[in-house]
Amino acid sequence: MSHLLAFDIPGGWGTTLGIKTLIVMGLIPVGALVLGYTFLLKMMSHMQSRVGPMDPGGFHGWFQLIGDGIKFIQKEDIIPAGADKRVFKMAPAIVVMSTFLMFVVLPAGPNAVVAGALHKGQGGIDVGIFYALAVSSLSVIGVLMAGWASSNKYALIGALRAAAQLIAYELPLVLAVVGVVVQAGTMNLQGIVFAQQQGKIFGWSGIGSPFILTQFVGFALFMVAAQAELTQPPFDMPVAESELVAGYMVEYTGFRFLFFFIGEFGTAFVYAGLAATLFLGGWSIPHVNGEIANWIGPIVLFVKIMLVAFLMFWARFSYPRLREDQLQALAWKWLIPISLINILVTGALKVAF
Amino acid sequence: MIALLSDQHASSELTEYYRQYLSVGVFVLASLVMVGAMLGVGYFLRPTRPQDQKYITYESGSDPFGTFGQQNVRYYVYALMFVIFDVEAVFVFPWALNADGASHGGLGWFGFIEIFVFVAILVAGLAYLWRKRLLKWA
Repeated sequence: MSHLLAFDIPGGWGTTLGIKTLIVMGLIPVGALVLGYTFLLKMMSHMQSRVGPMDPGGFHGWFQLIGDGIKFIQKEDIIPAGADKRVFKMAPAIVVMSTFLMFVVLPAGPNAVVAGALHKGQGGIDVGIFYALAVSSLSVIGVLMAGWASSNKYALIGALRAAAQLIAYELPLVLAVVGVVVQAGTMNLQGIVFAQQQGKIFGWSGIGSPFILTQFVGFALFMVAAQAELTQPPFDMPVAESELVAGYMVEYTGFRFLFFFIGEFGTAFVYAGLAATLFLGGWSIPHVNGEIANWIGPIVLFVKIMLVAFLMFWARFSYPRLREDQLQALAWKWLIPISLINILVTGALKVAF
Repeated sequence: MIALLSDQHASSELTEYYRQYLSVGVFVLASLVMVGAMLGVGYFLRPTRPQDQKYITYESGSDPFGTFGQQNVRYYVYALMFVIFDVEAVFVFPWALNADGASHGGLGWFGFIEIFVFVAILVAGLAYLWRKRLLKWA
């Protein structure tokens, strides 16, 4: 007998894993669509006065996303004659795989995490956040494969830009997390959630201790770096549509293009989830424990994900694109030194108190 | 493999350990299944009307020339710098897990000074690269 949220799953651990896998298989497209619909279509239309996505179907353009889906289904599957066909076909699968693997450690409740059963209050792969960041950079390989195999100049330039950008911003992303790990004393995401729920601010436990209060620098670094990892504006040099058409995605059509879309927005969903878990307390509400946490956990996490995603997309719709040299300078001359200072200050305070 | 999936050895620590990574393997398969299934469904729905012009590499409408674009070597420098600092991050994490004060069972000031020296050496490296103008996009 295993447990998942408020439900007892009859059958063994394998059955539970199967159910969790099916849930995540549904969650990734749905999460991508929710973000795409709420933010990319509606919020952008309101912020930038776009009329197109507000029109189809009458009320508030509700049909736009469905129409897009129908369009993708009807597209012919074209692989350019000059392309390296096997690599070309594998690339979107690797991007989607990276998104899938990140979901393994994201907890949505006291016992709702994919990897591993609940174990003394801790679940999931014990290196949690370290693993999540490691598999998130797997998508670089998919992007490089896509750009290289397309045998298209735009695609190759886009892929190289993407690789340079993703590795440059990988560092502040990882280093921003170190502050949280220092404070929580664990890399296990479930452990980090509990550390925030049961934490105290100078002996006062009213709101727990969400790490955004102490790690606000880390939070800012994480959000900027995540934005760059997602190749969203203002860091969208690799897919800059006005100069590179669509970068490494230029030769992809139909469903294969859709995989990159799902990869991007699914990953945005997970990054928002990771930021919510690391800095906002994840699925937990302070002083809410026991059976009720099983019910409200996913809802609380979803609300926090939408809050964080709102910030991400707000920045996306508000800033102009950075130039390649500005982009590298921001990472190397600002974010990395700041994150190193953040680590040392956090460490000193941790030892002192 | 089958033994891991059943509940018979649930109490074993080792089973638990392997199961966590087995889930990763299952997710790799799940992602491939999803990609395959969507492409399979698409196969029955999408049209196929091959024309030679459709398979020409896209280059803003003009005929493509040459094979590949030339790329500047400057990306390589960034890749090398990345390796240095990424390895650093790996070494910072073990300290981060034990950063607590000595009275709480952590490494205390000893650990902090160690990591301070470690980071300082790397910052010196970054300063050197900066001074050498390798961070400048030229």
